Amino acid sequence: MHDVIIIGAGVSGCAVARELSRYDMSVAVLERASDVCEGTSKANSGIVHAGYDAEPGTKKALLNIQGSRRMEELSKELDFPYKRNGSLVLCFEESDRGKLQELLDKGQKNGVENLRILEKEELRKLEPNLSEHVAAALYAPTGGIVCPFGLTIALAENACVNGVEFHLNTEVYSVEKMESEGEAESGTETETEASEESGTEPESEAETRAGRGKKIWYRLETSGGIFESRMVVNAAGVYADVFHNMVSGRKLHITPRKGEYCLFDKTVGDYVSHTVFQLPTKYGKGVLVTPTVHGNLLIGPTAEDIGDKEGVNTTAGGLEDVLKRGGLSVERVPFGKVITSFAGLRAHEDGEDFVIGEPGDAEGFVDVAGIESPGLTCAPAIGEYVAGLIQKRISAPEKKNFTARRTGIPSVALADGAKRQELIRKDPAYANVICRCELVTEGEIMEAIHRPLGATTLDGIKRRTRAGMGRCQAGFCAPKTVEILARELGSDMGEISKAGGESGFLTGYTKAVEWE
Amino acid sequence: MDIKKSGIETETKATQEKQELVCIRCPIGCRITVESNPDRTLHITGNTCGRGAEYAEKELTDPTRIVTSTVRVRNGNQPVVSVKTKEDIPKGKIMECMEAIRGVELEAPVHIGDVALADVAGTGVDMVVTKDVGLVTA
Amino acid sequence: MKKRVDILIVGGGPAGLAAAVAAKEAGIRSENILLVERDGELGGILNQCIHNGFGLHTFKEELTGPEYAARYEGKVYDAEIPYLLNTIVVDIRMEKEAEEKESGAMESAPAETGEKNKDGNDSCVNKMKYVTAMNKSEGLLTVEAKAVVLAMGCRERSRGALNIPGYRPAGIYSAGTAQRYVNIEGRMPGREVVILGSGDIGLIMARRMTLEGAKVKLVAELLPYSGGLKRNIVQCLDDFSIPLKLSHTIIDIDGKERVKGVTVAQVDENRRPIAGTEEYISCDTLLLSCGLIPENELSAGLGVTLNPVTSGPVVNESLETDVEGVFACGNVLHVHDLVDYVSEEAENAGRNAAAYIMRGRSEKEMTGSSSGQVIEIKADKGVRYTVPSLLRQKYVQEEQVIRFRVGDAYRDAVLAVYFNDTPVMRINKRAMVPGEMEQVKLKKSKLKDYPELREIRIAIE
Repeated sequence: MHDVIIIGAGVSGCAVARELSRYDMSVAVLERASDVCEGTSKANSGIVHAGYDAEPGTKKALLNIQGSRRMEELSKELDFPYKRNGSLVLCFEESDRGKLQELLDKGQKNGVENLRILEKEELRKLEPNLSEHVAAALYAPTGGIVCPFGLTIALAENACVNGVEFHLNTEVYSVEKMESEGEAESGTETETEASEESGTEPESEAETRAGRGKKIWYRLETSGGIFESRMVVNAAGVYADVFHNMVSGRKLHITPRKGEYCLFDKTVGDYVSHTVFQLPTKYGKGVLVTPTVHGNLLIGPTAEDIGDKEGVNTTAGGLEDVLKRGGLSVERVPFGKVITSFAGLRAHEDGEDFVIGEPGDAEGFVDVAGIESPGLTCAPAIGEYVAGLIQKRISAPEKKNFTARRTGIPSVALADGAKRQELIRKDPAYANVICRCELVTEGEIMEAIHRPLGATTLDGIKRRTRAGMGRCQAGFCAPKTVEILARELGSDMGEISKAGGESGFLTGYTKAVEWE
Repeated sequence: MDIKKSGIETETKATQEKQELVCIRCPIGCRITVESNPDRTLHITGNTCGRGAEYAEKELTDPTRIVTSTVRVRNGNQPVVSVKTKEDIPKGKIMECMEAIRGVELEAPVHIGDVALADVAGTGVDMVVTKDVGLVTA
Repeated sequence: MKKRVDILIVGGGPAGLAAAVAAKEAGIRSENILLVERDGELGGILNQCIHNGFGLHTFKEELTGPEYAARYEGKVYDAEIPYLLNTIVVDIRMEKEAEEKESGAMESAPAETGEKNKDGNDSCVNKMKYVTAMNKSEGLLTVEAKAVVLAMGCRERSRGALNIPGYRPAGIYSAGTAQRYVNIEGRMPGREVVILGSGDIGLIMARRMTLEGAKVKLVAELLPYSGGLKRNIVQCLDDFSIPLKLSHTIIDIDGKERVKGVTVAQVDENRRPIAGTEEYISCDTLLLSCGLIPENELSAGLGVTLNPVTSGPVVNESLETDVEGVFACGNVLHVHDLVDYVSEEAENAGRNAAAYIMRGRSEKEMTGSSSGQVIEIKADKGVRYTVPSLLRQKYVQEEQVIRFRVGDAYRDAVLAVYFNDTPVMRINKRAMVPGEMEQVKLKKSKLKDYPELREIRIAIE
């Protein structure tokens, strides 16, 4: 029996896993996809919100400000790309200035530092490509941008290094709350094992952990067999309501809210330097225009409630909308420089706020549900908060050998000459460029495969190294990356997929001959 | 296979009374109509130059193609090597030709012009290698 | 590692090979030429173009891509021109700029050239270019070159750039990527195929996939005409009864993990899908053959001005960019229809680079300074662009070739050339299509008759 099972290896699940990995407890993450960061965490704006949006007093507001303050330090600790570029909320109508002021007041209530209102002239100096029609803007210097894959993968790797088990390709079918009187029969064995491993667990604490009298635990049926756990963290994104409703009578309802985006070539990556939001206008809720940490330009998202929890398809109307609305913020959106488009699903819960904590009728089952924007920003704070909740029940000792630091994959593209020389001296594979658009080398790809929770798919390589993220969108490098994956994983090219499951690239040999 | 059928279809069509085709000899792309006269001579219309008539006649009486593909190469620095029919072969023989080279496997090194398969599909034409492939290194 | 050469050629495809050979023939010693190729062999994309049809103009016979490449590779071997494989050029900088930069990867510029080249002091010395490259055996290397020939080729327009809506499953390939899998790796990227775009690579792949046992269900083309050669439509599609739908596009991609199907719709004259014409076609593979884009990231990094129409550098009669001593040829300059023209153009670039070195620093006349006359070539009605777009009268070749593409399909039109506003040439053309390159040849002697010539205009009438 595990102490904690986390459903979902998105940014929330991984943040919780990482925080729990500080303690001496057995934690497992179950993820249905072939890699971490395969759901909403991979398809969002990559924004670290300053924290003026959320209603004061809500979980969103509290965790946002904490997350935003924590992100920079975490990015150094775990080595992922983050930049405090500041954000602007544009106001287009003089009559809307009141709304801008309201936002500023709300931000101050939430504890956001250094907010101020900028006038047109100042704005145009700050962002020369801003639309002529901008009247004023709220400036939040603490706003930032982060690589959502970088953050999620860093958290996961660090959790993994610190002993958290990751079960990928493991889909949870059902969660069942189990109860028994006194010392539970089932799981005693595993528990003994666990305490043997940890070695020094004091008697009294083991008793506390077993519960007083009535024991509650959870039984999860998955594609990878049965798992049992004292506690469950439900970080299943758009599916969090499904799992919650399996164990609780207080029902949740999550609506997938689709957001479509267009990503632009790095040649227009400096089109704006701040993250540019819009006050809602008569044309609807605004989209943002932002540089990404990797130097691209990103415009989006739309917001459309859909029924399909798998509906990550882009639509003609959605993409058109993105470009049209982006055109409200900046002059001459560089349409011709789009390199890709994508859609993500926000997990919107009917109650509007994050749902974090035990439902009341399912002790030990901790929801991390309804984590829509600013969920990415909040992740570090969610991790700490949820770990705190769990510690209250489990009270495990802190690990003595916890490793807080993680070093990311070196990037040849970002390295200066001396650093490049050093990498190449260490391994000449760092001089063999595979992805020419993003200057990613064989060395980086091999490292992405062999490190903890290493990549096994082309998308996994892409999110870890950026190979295939550039303007040719893997046209040139995909065959080479597939070859390296096959070689390093000791499998055949034909077995390499885009993202696991049925997403294989090759369907056989030419002339339908099966060569050995 | 579909393709075989399509090849044959064109042949049968050729014996029919009227056939339309697009000339490929220049960018104009004349739509040429060919009708067979009772005396088996061809009546060609729609072409705007002599090359069009020549093309139409060849396409209808004796259409031929160069076939290019690959065959397996063992111990080579790449797993397959490109090949072609050294000359045109009858269009109707394309798929037979593909079938004939299906199991062919060469041993590296191979050189441009090496015969991969002689007299492919009974056409009298050899399938030859079109690229040098050296021995695999390391 | 550090090298010094006269001419460094970036790219060992058909353009780079021909440029190298021509430079040597023009008098540059082999050891002073260096060809840098990012792939494991010379020949570039020709290696995967195993179909026939190459070289009719150059060799008067029909070769396959690898055979055509081998002819030029042979010349490079015979001329003993040094080349590096598996080597990628990451950066090119001009001398002045490089000196200012702190030395990181690059050791600082040697003093001798540094002294001579203070702007304009010594007009006989070429400004050095510093080329940074990487490979597995030598690591980082810096090459100093008097002239650089850009011959990096082009890439295919991706699904993302086309902004096709739908899911993002496996099974969507650019035609060239699929071609590599099939022709180099011997692997099939799919069984049931729909192709968007009727460019030549798409047409060639329709036949290739069919021959290898796949079912090609449809080729859809957004435009009302195909961008591919007639011959390819007949021999790659008609021969195998593969339907081609003009004025059609793909408006949705289905399939969450692997492609399951695509929705095809007819488009109106504004290329907008027409409601009610949608048709779902099941398939496991979508190939894209929707245009090629010259790969000019290195050129842009160096400060070369690009033509927004071609996405290639703006060049003068010598195929020299507006960065002195940097030449461009082949598909990095503008996308060609026939490799024969690539070779011809590249030979020109190689020769001109050699001439530049042998006469020392070039006169900076690209921008129209007082020394010598600069003639601007203007692409007018129906002509999308011209290469070159500037002529320095002093360096105009005996027979100056001007290549261009038209913007639409024309029948029985006139190709008109104006000197200033005087019509000097009217060529009757039976047919012109955007898929095929056009050219006019101007005699140097003719230009001399117009001493006041400032502008040459080419139009379709």
